[in-house]
Amino acid sequence: MSAQSDKQGVARRRFLATAVKATAGAGCAALLVGEVAAPSRTLAATALRPPGAKGESHFLAACVRCGLCVRACPYDTLKLADLADPASSGTPYFEARQIPCEMCEDIPCVVACPTGALDKGLTDIAQARMGTAALVGHETCLNVLGLRCDVCYRVCPLMGKAITLDMRHNERTGKHASLIPVVHTDACTGCGKCEKSCVLEEAAIKVLPTELARGRIGGHYRLGWEEKAKHGGELVDGIIDLPDRGYTPPSLGPSLGKEFKP
Amino acid sequence: MSAISERIPGREAVKAKGWFRAHKWLLARRASQLAFLALFLSGPLFGLWIAKGTLASSLTLNVLPLTDPLVALQSLLAGHWPETAALAGAAIVLAVYAALRGRLYCSWVCPVNVVTDTAGWLRRRLGWKDGVSLNRRTRLILLAGILIASAVTGTIAWEVVNPITQLHRALVFGSLFAGGIAWTVLAAIFLFDLAVAPRGWCGNLCPVGAFYGLVGRFGRVAVSAPRRAACDSCMDCYQVCPEPHVISPALRGAGSEVIQSPDCTACGRCIDVCPQDVFALGLKGTAGAAPLRQGERL
Repeated sequence: MSAQSDKQGVARRRFLATAVKATAGAGCAALLVGEVAAPSRTLAATALRPPGAKGESHFLAACVRCGLCVRACPYDTLKLADLADPASSGTPYFEARQIPCEMCEDIPCVVACPTGALDKGLTDIAQARMGTAALVGHETCLNVLGLRCDVCYRVCPLMGKAITLDMRHNERTGKHASLIPVVHTDACTGCGKCEKSCVLEEAAIKVLPTELARGRIGGHYRLGWEEKAKHGGELVDGIIDLPDRGYTPPSLGPSLGKEFKP
Repeated sequence: MSAISERIPGREAVKAKGWFRAHKWLLARRASQLAFLALFLSGPLFGLWIAKGTLASSLTLNVLPLTDPLVALQSLLAGHWPETAALAGAAIVLAVYAALRGRLYCSWVCPVNVVTDTAGWLRRRLGWKDGVSLNRRTRLILLAGILIASAVTGTIAWEVVNPITQLHRALVFGSLFAGGIAWTVLAAIFLFDLAVAPRGWCGNLCPVGAFYGLVGRFGRVAVSAPRRAACDSCMDCYQVCPEPHVISPALRGAGSEVIQSPDCTACGRCIDVCPQDVFALGLKGTAGAAPLRQGERL
């Protein structure tokens, strides 16, 4: 009786030890593989995902790296990352300066995706957000220098919406205008045609991951004019608008303003 | 000792049966591996599209979706519910391997098998007998590990590493011939199998093989030893078998002559190298246990 329960005890201990060892081994494997897999979530800023990709963490949970989107791409824009490439090995990406997205109306890459890594809810390519263009070369852009290059503006598939040319006085000549390319992030799809076409040796306009390109205002910021518009008037009743130095609002009359001389 | 160690497995079989019959299943397997590759390569090479994609997920003739069920499982654990095409593809693959034999994938489809087979062959030719012997269960632990890693990191974790799809992608999408460095992973596996652990990758580590082994443990395709009475213990089958532990119960045991272990990849190399024609490959449960018996000669 006691010998048998001893034997059972030994067997139980052995089983427990095996189970603990196996669990520890699995944990070790999970850590090693996880340490390789987790950093791959950071995508290089030059690597852009195909249209319909919903953020890098969702993408890496959904993309099986089969390459069907690459096969569907008629312009050889998309390619699968090799080990040394700037995206996680085997995932599809493109580099705007190499071959930009031609924004096919039927979006064949999204249609081809078997897993939903590229969202089939995207049916209008103008709604794609592969990245956002940003004029980073503020000292090299020919238009900023006062020349009329305009190439990025003219190749933009959403010309006049995603990129506009804003007129600015040319201080250097004193009599000309500079037409500054300005990207509107609400319209830019990140197709990369502007970056591809930039005539400089290193593009002055670049498509970057949207969160890098846009910047982000602090969550606690309240923009006075927007709050006012929402409220439909002054936010605090009876507030006195004191005169600014050197400037007298018409409502205060001329006598008061004259006392302030900067 | 020297008689055994200098014996080259398969040489006796060539003498007894002729070169072709002593390499029949090996040739069939290489043909199968090439054919699976050709399905994917005919498109990019000749514009004749049969299968698009890779072994992770593919579309054949624009109608048949196939997905690696292990990849789909990792995606589910990572928190993504794949679309119907991928799930249906995974179900089809799962059903086929469950019905046949999971590890048929390893020896008849997987391109890495050629690499590890070559390492094994070179090892035998060099007469290298020693090496680290790992526990076969390591691959199950690794399988559990990659599933945990997928769940925790929220990524399809093993696909960042997986040498099978790495090699397949590099071949099918051509990066292997255009300066890609996916071959380095394969080189590492080759050297590991050659110099560190004999048959170490496929036999002890690969979690994909472990997964297919679990899936197909009740599959119908099996190697059996119907003429085991003729065995003269030359040990050639043990020498060439990638999973030598599966042979003994069928060959030496008193019970069934069918190899039951799910680890058997049904590669058929034991059939090739046996000068006595002990083994046969066929469907389990059909009358006589070995319908593909290779004649009664010898």
